[in-house]
Amino acid sequence: MSEPVAWLTIFVLSVAVGIEVIAKVSSTLHTPLMSGANAIHGVILLGAVIVTGTTESTLALVVGLVAIVLAAVNMAGGFVVTDRMLRMFGRRRRPRSEQEAGR
Amino acid sequence: MTPTWAQLVYLACAVGFILALKGLAGPRTARAGNLIGAGAAVVAVAMPFLYLDLDHVPLILAAIAVGSLVGVLGAQRVQMTQMPQMVALFNGVGGGAAALVALMELEHMGAATPGFDLAATGFTVAVGAVSFAGSAITFAKLQELMTSRPVVFPGLPVLFGLALVAAVVLAVLVVRDPSVPLGVALALVGLLLGVLLVLPVGGADVPIVISLLNAFTGLTVAAGGYVLGNVVLLVAGTLVGASGTFLTLLMARAMGRSVTSILFGALRGGSTLGAGVASDRPVRSGGPEDVAIALGYAERVIVVPGYGLAVAQAQHTLREIVDLLAERGVRVDYAIHPVAGRMPGHMNVLLAEAQVPYEQLVEMGDINPEFRHTDVVLVVGANDVVNPAARTTPSAPIYGMPILDVDQARQVVFLKRSMRPGFAGIDNELLFDPRTTLLFGDAKESLAKLLAALKAL
Repeated sequence: MSEPVAWLTIFVLSVAVGIEVIAKVSSTLHTPLMSGANAIHGVILLGAVIVTGTTESTLALVVGLVAIVLAAVNMAGGFVVTDRMLRMFGRRRRPRSEQEAGR
Repeated sequence: MTPTWAQLVYLACAVGFILALKGLAGPRTARAGNLIGAGAAVVAVAMPFLYLDLDHVPLILAAIAVGSLVGVLGAQRVQMTQMPQMVALFNGVGGGAAALVALMELEHMGAATPGFDLAATGFTVAVGAVSFAGSAITFAKLQELMTSRPVVFPGLPVLFGLALVAAVVLAVLVVRDPSVPLGVALALVGLLLGVLLVLPVGGADVPIVISLLNAFTGLTVAAGGYVLGNVVLLVAGTLVGASGTFLTLLMARAMGRSVTSILFGALRGGSTLGAGVASDRPVRSGGPEDVAIALGYAERVIVVPGYGLAVAQAQHTLREIVDLLAERGVRVDYAIHPVAGRMPGHMNVLLAEAQVPYEQLVEMGDINPEFRHTDVVLVVGANDVVNPAARTTPSAPIYGMPILDVDQARQVVFLKRSMRPGFAGIDNELLFDPRTTLLFGDAKESLAKLLAALKAL
């Protein structure tokens, strides 16, 4: 298998997996799921670190550091805000009170 | 070349992201899924420090610290009502970062670089810029830094078309003769495209656009991963791109909308928020005192909160009214439509924040049989989710969308800003029903007046 085809294979399989794992999500979870997926693409931070750490020019270094800051905001902020949302969901998942049982 | 052990760790991180998404899709596993994703991301980011001989390490670490601090503080301080724009902001900076990374890669590329690598780089630059600018506009709309109504000006479709052509031409030029100035030009056109793409979208549909831009950013990260030869970026980006696209379609379907009509509806003069014309058919409008009497002497009341309530930030006043009614012995519940607030699950979060007890929030399937025994239904800032046209009019854009059966109640009170149709842009027959009373005005002001009138009863 040639290298581009290997990459294409990974891509196509990832598309299939990406759709399959969220296929049965309930609508109450749409917002946190979107937010969590948003945090995951913050891993571009990894790419930003690699290109910044291997550059020689000062301009590229500055651009790279800006990219690192932006990507870190995406990643750290994304996971924290998702957790905040999900905490609120958890709190409301207590058993229903006697008022409900009395209906 | 990446050492084998590092490649295996990257593979483990990629599996971690799959498990994270899988977890996020289930109510019991969602929090664990998010934590797995965060763990995988941290490990992945630590990797290059371990196997690469990086320069500028102190500066890089400082930049990571600054970005993380800003992100975490923002995420902790943001009000829950402002959460959608926070997600938009995080998504936008991610797209911007991907575009910048691709621009830096372009510097090392030349005639010897394979065409597909260059195409992927051009794609990342352009789409990353679209995502950055588009997210900035969605942020401005949701934060009310600008009007949340569709912004359409003559020539917008032409300008959009020209920018699209320019982007394609520039991308082809980048592939044929890679240079950083060309890449910068491509990024600028991408920014313009992002602005033009989101301007015509109404505020109510913006969450769907955030989801779409989120998928865009995922794909740019995937393309960036291909260019850098990094598996974890490719897998993570592709996962987000695929699941984000699918989620966008799911959200649109839950709202009875199609993605194309959301993006281009306003351009066609079609059916986005504000595009509809106010009807001049006669309706019965009442004052706060009339409504207070109807509510105060009812036995059973159901409140239907909607996007208008969230926009007016009136959920606290609403809770006070419901508490007052409960003190008077009225049985009150909130009926929660799955897409109430136009952000699926958003209304539950908003009302939980206003300290509405969980027991009072009743989902559509459980509350629908109750409406026929209900004296008064109070609809606050909702329209399409109670529009009987979804059941009765096959030609309506929302036909087939599950709705709350408010029309079966003995009396219905609508709190509305104006007679403008809902987001779907169609008349609601229920507004003209003899059992319906309308209370016009800003939801927060109307509710405050209603509260005062109730206290005076």
